[in-house]
Amino acid sequence: MSDEKPKAQESPPKKDAGQIFIEEVTEGPGRQSAGWRRILNVIAVPVLAIFTGLVLGAVVIIFTNLALYEALKVSIPDGLKVAWDSVAVAYGALFTGAFGSPQQMVAAISSGDLVAIRQAFYPFFESLVAATPYIFGGLSVALGFRVGLFNIGAEGQLFMGAIFATYVGYSITGLPLFIHMPLAFLAGALGGALWGFIPGFLKAKTGAHEVINTIMMNYIAFRLSDWLLNGPMKRPETFNPVSPMIEATARLPRLFGDPIRFHFGFFIALFVTWLVYWFLWKTKWGFSLRMVGSNPRAARYAGASVFIGIIMGMTLAGALAGMAGGNEVLGVNYNLAMAFSSGYGFDSIAIALLGKSHPLGVLLSALLFGALRNGATNMQLKAGIPIDIISIMQALILVFIAAPAIIRTIYRLRAPAEGDEGALLTSWGGG
Amino acid sequence: MATVAIKRVEHVSPTRQWVIGLLFILLGVAIWFLFSQSVETGILTKFGMTIGGSTAKIPDIIIPTLTALNTLAIICILLGIVQIAKPGGFGRYTNWVLALVAGLFILAFLAWAAAGKSINLAGLINTTLLKAVPLTLGAMSGILCERSGVVNIAIEGMMLMGAMMGALVGSVTGNLWMGMLAGVLSAALLGLVHGVLSIKYATDQIISGTAINIFSIGMTSYISAKFMQPFQTTLNNPGVFPPIEIPVLSQIPVLGPILFKQNIFFYGMFILLVVIHFGLYYTRWGLRVRSVGEHPRAADTLGINVFRTRYIAVLLGSMVAGFGGAYFTIGSVGGFDEVMTAGRGFISLAAMIFGNWNPFGALGAGLLFGFADSLASRMAILGVKIPSEFLLMAPYIATMVVLAGVVGRSRVPAADGVPYKKEG
Repeated sequence: MSDEKPKAQESPPKKDAGQIFIEEVTEGPGRQSAGWRRILNVIAVPVLAIFTGLVLGAVVIIFTNLALYEALKVSIPDGLKVAWDSVAVAYGALFTGAFGSPQQMVAAISSGDLVAIRQAFYPFFESLVAATPYIFGGLSVALGFRVGLFNIGAEGQLFMGAIFATYVGYSITGLPLFIHMPLAFLAGALGGALWGFIPGFLKAKTGAHEVINTIMMNYIAFRLSDWLLNGPMKRPETFNPVSPMIEATARLPRLFGDPIRFHFGFFIALFVTWLVYWFLWKTKWGFSLRMVGSNPRAARYAGASVFIGIIMGMTLAGALAGMAGGNEVLGVNYNLAMAFSSGYGFDSIAIALLGKSHPLGVLLSALLFGALRNGATNMQLKAGIPIDIISIMQALILVFIAAPAIIRTIYRLRAPAEGDEGALLTSWGGG
Repeated sequence: MATVAIKRVEHVSPTRQWVIGLLFILLGVAIWFLFSQSVETGILTKFGMTIGGSTAKIPDIIIPTLTALNTLAIICILLGIVQIAKPGGFGRYTNWVLALVAGLFILAFLAWAAAGKSINLAGLINTTLLKAVPLTLGAMSGILCERSGVVNIAIEGMMLMGAMMGALVGSVTGNLWMGMLAGVLSAALLGLVHGVLSIKYATDQIISGTAINIFSIGMTSYISAKFMQPFQTTLNNPGVFPPIEIPVLSQIPVLGPILFKQNIFFYGMFILLVVIHFGLYYTRWGLRVRSVGEHPRAADTLGINVFRTRYIAVLLGSMVAGFGGAYFTIGSVGGFDEVMTAGRGFISLAAMIFGNWNPFGALGAGLLFGFADSLASRMAILGVKIPSEFLLMAPYIATMVVLAGVVGRSRVPAADGVPYKKEG
């Protein structure tokens, strides 16, 4: 797979990565079976869920293709051929849009023309660019899940992160890159953290459920950004609600020449993935947070503060989502416009679940979703399939991940020993 | 024995009595300080009483601004004093008085904002009511589901699907009623999925709701982009339900055309409101729904079929959401746009909480949020310095405040969001 290379470079050494999977399994009771079988067990449901999602997406493409009904009038084989063609064209475009076309790559490399090479590899790197905010967003939701919190407000936190990062990015001038850029990025994290802290505090203090509060905070963030972009943060010389361009010193450096937009943020995302893993599994704080998530009563008994745990969980989740916003502003857009995020918050939930709330799993699912989203643009262009097909597929994948029993029924898989798929949350009313 | 309405015990804590009383006084003082101080004597506020397009001309109401403001401030302060001084305050009527004071404050705000100018009050009330229709319907959808113990954050998705199917089927068949039916049924289908996932498979209900939301946004946008936008005239041109004029009543000045000359969705909302309220609190079915939402195990022990009760409640709830969604297209603008519900489903969720999981509360919250929405669009015209975005934030902030229990304690159904598993 395409993500093999960066993973080997940046995340922990190979052996460690394998251990993560095993550790993931041994959390459940089924300890007897052989190592590779355990891994297979863990990834079977996600892989089959993705596969089934793609198949059902193809079904939607086939049945919304009007040419199909014309061909069916002639003969059934004609209809089947049209159906096959429409899917082949669409998914072919999805693939080349996500990873680039191999022929073009070979031709470009053999010609030795740098611009042509960049053109050929553009889709692949663009997928990584699309995946970067997903990595942060997915980690945000996943960290929330680990602390027993459902962070449905990644979207709002992302907006706040973007607002803060933009502000630091354009209002401060004259700093060198190695100070300004990290500062703006951390400002993004701070904005998100603030937006996570509020529902976290309310949950810890009053028991108000974080799902409702984060949804409300989402809309407060949207309105706030509407106001800022029409008022205090509006670019002076335009009528459009956009912020000023951020300073060149605040931008995440791009690694290749145009048109490739691949930037340093991806490596930050990989580092943060490792950081989240290290924090949750290798530190005392992380341990007590996970304890708060899995069994608050036991955590309290063991002396961990559930109050602090909940606040810290939400704040950190918010900070991670805020980084996604900062990353988009500092690495891709260089300014903040209205409605600049298109549903990253909700997609992040799907990513976290697909990745089983594990940093490594989140990383892989984010790469997949980034590739899908990027490829879908090409599919829309080449095959006339609206990009929204991706949302349909994501929803279906999410359903299959959330109800693995469906996948098990379809593919006749054996159910796991017990537990492991337990509900993530306690009662709606908190408490 | 038919179910007797359970007498709800209103427990008013001393702290709450104090806080509410102080709030009344504070609002009164706020009227005094924020509004009265900036108005000079002799300035008049004009309230227009004729809604746009109406032929009957009703004279405007003209009031001296300062006198009105001071009167309103004094009433608020007096009510606050009574609330604190009287043992038990207003007791079980506290919420009604709270609504009254909120209304007075809004009136004062309007009088101040339009000081020296004129504001079309009848028009404002009319848009408020129209904006409240989908919000209240969405909130009632949430109430039906959550009273039975199934969290429904998919109201947004169900509404969107109802809106799209209403427009599409309405256009194709040329029959608005078929459109409405399609909208309701498509949402019911989503409700069935939500039910199967969260009741049969015991999936986390928030995840299931999120999946339905993502699916609906994707599916409606997909169909819209692929079919409805390219073939606007044939596939996205359903028309709108015409207003129904109720004889005699619609002749009442001011309120007549606002309340009795609306389309089927408007009346449908009120009918559903009464039916759901009656159904939940005065029928055997309603008692079962509520008991399943509060303590499914006990209900099961008494022989109530928990799963079936929840399925029915979720299906009915999603149908109400589909009806509310159809309002957006065939009840209002007569065409579908991508993601046209624009978060109304989530405001409905807020209205449900704000209304304390209670149909009439939902209506009140729907009206309040609808008012904030319709006032926001007029702020700029009035030249008020407060940015309208802050007014649009108000519903969300208010919901968070209520949820945090600062003003009143919200009562969540105890088993809300918890999948039920039979023992053994």
